[in-house]
Amino acid sequence: MSSRRLAPDAVQPASFAFDKAGKAMVETWIAKYPAGRQASAVIPLLWEAQKQAGGWLPRAAIEHVAEVLGMPNIRVLEVATFYTMFNLEPAGTHFIQLCGTVPCHCMGAQDLKKVLKDKIGAEHHVTADGKFSWLEVECLGACCNAPMVQINDDYYEDLTPESLAKLIDDMAAGKPVKIGPQNGRKASEPKDSIKTLKDAALYDGSAVGSWKKAFDERVAAQKKAKEEAAKAAAEAGKATGGAPAAAPAAPAPAAVKASEPKAQAEPKVKVVAAKAEPKAKAEPKAGSKPKAAPKAKAAPAPSAAEPAPVGDEFKPELLKAARGGKADDLELIWGVGPKLGKMLNGMGVFHFDQIAKWSNENLAWVDQNLGAFKGRAVRDDWIGQSKKLATGWRPENAVGDKPVK
Amino acid sequence: MLHDRDRIFTNLYGLHDAGLKGALKRGNWDGTKHILVMGRDWIIDEMKASGLRGRGGAGFPTGMKWSFMPKVNDGRPHYLVVNADESEPGTCKDREIMRHDPHLLIEGCLLASFAMGAHAAYIYMRGEYIAERHALQKAVDEAYAAKLVGKDNIHGYPFDIYVHHGAGAYICGEETALLESLEGKKGQPRLKPPFPANMGLYGCPTTVNNVESIAVAGTILRRGAAWFNSIGRPNNVGTKLFCVSGHVNTPCNVEEAMGLTFRELIDTHCGGIRGGWDNLKAVIPGGSSVPMVPAHEIIDAPMDFDTLRGLKSGLGTAAVIVMDKSTDLVSAIARLAHFYKHESCGQCTPCREGTGWMARVMARMAEGRAHKREIDMLLDVSTRIEGHTICALGDAAAWPIQGLIRHFRHEIEAKIDQYSANPHGEPVRVAAE
Repeated sequence: MSSRRLAPDAVQPASFAFDKAGKAMVETWIAKYPAGRQASAVIPLLWEAQKQAGGWLPRAAIEHVAEVLGMPNIRVLEVATFYTMFNLEPAGTHFIQLCGTVPCHCMGAQDLKKVLKDKIGAEHHVTADGKFSWLEVECLGACCNAPMVQINDDYYEDLTPESLAKLIDDMAAGKPVKIGPQNGRKASEPKDSIKTLKDAALYDGSAVGSWKKAFDERVAAQKKAKEEAAKAAAEAGKATGGAPAAAPAAPAPAAVKASEPKAQAEPKVKVVAAKAEPKAKAEPKAGSKPKAAPKAKAAPAPSAAEPAPVGDEFKPELLKAARGGKADDLELIWGVGPKLGKMLNGMGVFHFDQIAKWSNENLAWVDQNLGAFKGRAVRDDWIGQSKKLATGWRPENAVGDKPVK
Repeated sequence: MLHDRDRIFTNLYGLHDAGLKGALKRGNWDGTKHILVMGRDWIIDEMKASGLRGRGGAGFPTGMKWSFMPKVNDGRPHYLVVNADESEPGTCKDREIMRHDPHLLIEGCLLASFAMGAHAAYIYMRGEYIAERHALQKAVDEAYAAKLVGKDNIHGYPFDIYVHHGAGAYICGEETALLESLEGKKGQPRLKPPFPANMGLYGCPTTVNNVESIAVAGTILRRGAAWFNSIGRPNNVGTKLFCVSGHVNTPCNVEEAMGLTFRELIDTHCGGIRGGWDNLKAVIPGGSSVPMVPAHEIIDAPMDFDTLRGLKSGLGTAAVIVMDKSTDLVSAIARLAHFYKHESCGQCTPCREGTGWMARVMARMAEGRAHKREIDMLLDVSTRIEGHTICALGDAAAWPIQGLIRHFRHEIEAKIDQYSANPHGEPVRVAAE
């Protein structure tokens, strides 16, 4: 940490008070925070005080801010000495902060330092006319434009020793200077070789609103998937709890049925049902994007109303044995344990990419043939999990990663 | 190269109107209400599904962070605090967002606040960004005037947004130090737990997010988690702003897909390494706090969280500092050691004393005025600082030095040999401050 002390008493002014503009700023800042939390404004107010006091923070200003905010003096003094942007000693009217941290260091900040030493003198030294003083500071956050300096409020970037010397000469002579990069760049773009953001369609307003249709379709699809999952979960509940106790299982199908007509009544769901239709009829392959969706709308949508059993036409492609004799470790799917893993192998499922290719109907078919585990496949989003696993990704834990619902 | 269509920050270079009119044309604030009607849970689920990892350095999943906020309000207000205290050496991306694409950030604040039940957001900007602060304040005023935010805005969710600023303390980029600073105290990190999601700003539930993480939210929600998820590599998805500085022909900020290789990044956007690929010596790939990686390891490495962690470094803020063979690595790291000494808040002893000690030893090593056995001592001391402090500044101070010794020990030794081969007077001992 850096140790910072107040300026000697000899240079401290006797008093400080915010002027009219300063008082208005005080009001604006305090209004930003909840009642009783005006201490939050201490940094902005010290900063205003430093500006009014001529670029440094005298003891009187620190005490005045404490009075305005109703804070103990020591709390404000603590803040003033902690934050390095508060100059505790007088600075020049053009106060130069040279960034010396690594990116600037690599790009020649040391050479700039020599210029400042020659033109102004040692760090903290204020020139006889009171115009200049300088300080090496830590990263100013303009690293793509290194090396750079900040003079009072403004950044001067992409400097060379020559351009910095000229900048200081111009300022000393009262000539206007250009703020920002000094080598012709506008901001942090690659100089003279911008390759990105050239598509005019980004800027003519033509893209506005174009996302909404896809958005609505997506939302409807999510809704449907959720309902299906709920349905499957209800059935799973029936399957596991159904055998020993018939009575509690009875209301379950009723609940499912009740939700069905409601689902059909919703127009959004209908669109998706129609969308799912061509996908179901086509080969059960992943990635066959139902682009023809809007046209297929006319077709009736039985799939939404479809009762639980899925016909054998949706049986996915199954293998007799693992390819190359080496099966994937299906237990990495969250929710699949040794028992279920064996059951899947027995069924002819050995690889993640097999599952990843299934359609929702395939999954439903497998799901209803899982015996006591019925409902797990849909509930645990096996397709989604397998897609991830098929890419080579592996969960941190051998039981798999619980799918985020 | 990422297609222009898939870029989120369409005014990164400030070549277009940064004001509200231009922002609307670029699709900011486009149907925000349409998203808000989907509800809190949907937004959080979508952010989780998008796989967005925090852009402030640690890479924590953003959607998950939002979900930590209490679901039921216990009477205390909730807050969103945006960490715009961008001071990690090498990083200059948030600056461009705030001065050129401020409406993306403001819209993101509304969406994030809505998702976590907050009615107020504070944007904590670093003090040095004065022009940027005025630019952002102007955009906030525009948004208030157009009733996009405010007590009775057109989105029907009362929401206030305030721009606050700091005064030049790197440590305030640490989330709890930032909260302390925002409360008007010295920026010294708090012990966790309690975590900010339970006890944050003014003792209320608070989430602190990086500018970039918040600014991308609007576009992700509009275009869908699946879109964002499809860019990049598994577990390292989406687009990311890279800040390339140092010895490349055209240093720049650029938005690219995560996981493109270092070579692609430099060749496509930065005009190659100064002096050609043979001239590359080392790269600090994620801001000064991550260890450097030597040229041969990084050239064809994908730039993402997991790969770089495998190289014993990190993606951090994606601030890529490139150093060619003309660089004196020992003095570069000595300069960094000085940085951490300067920025230690002084709260924990290992860091307060350790950063100063390491900086003094590194300064001597940069001259060669050291013994070779001190290299191991330095390494040993750095491990006593790492992990023994409240916040990660201790780790951040130790890692660059460990990276240097791991890969370029021979350079330190060569300096020591060179120094001892030449006659010198008795070295003057420097006392601690």
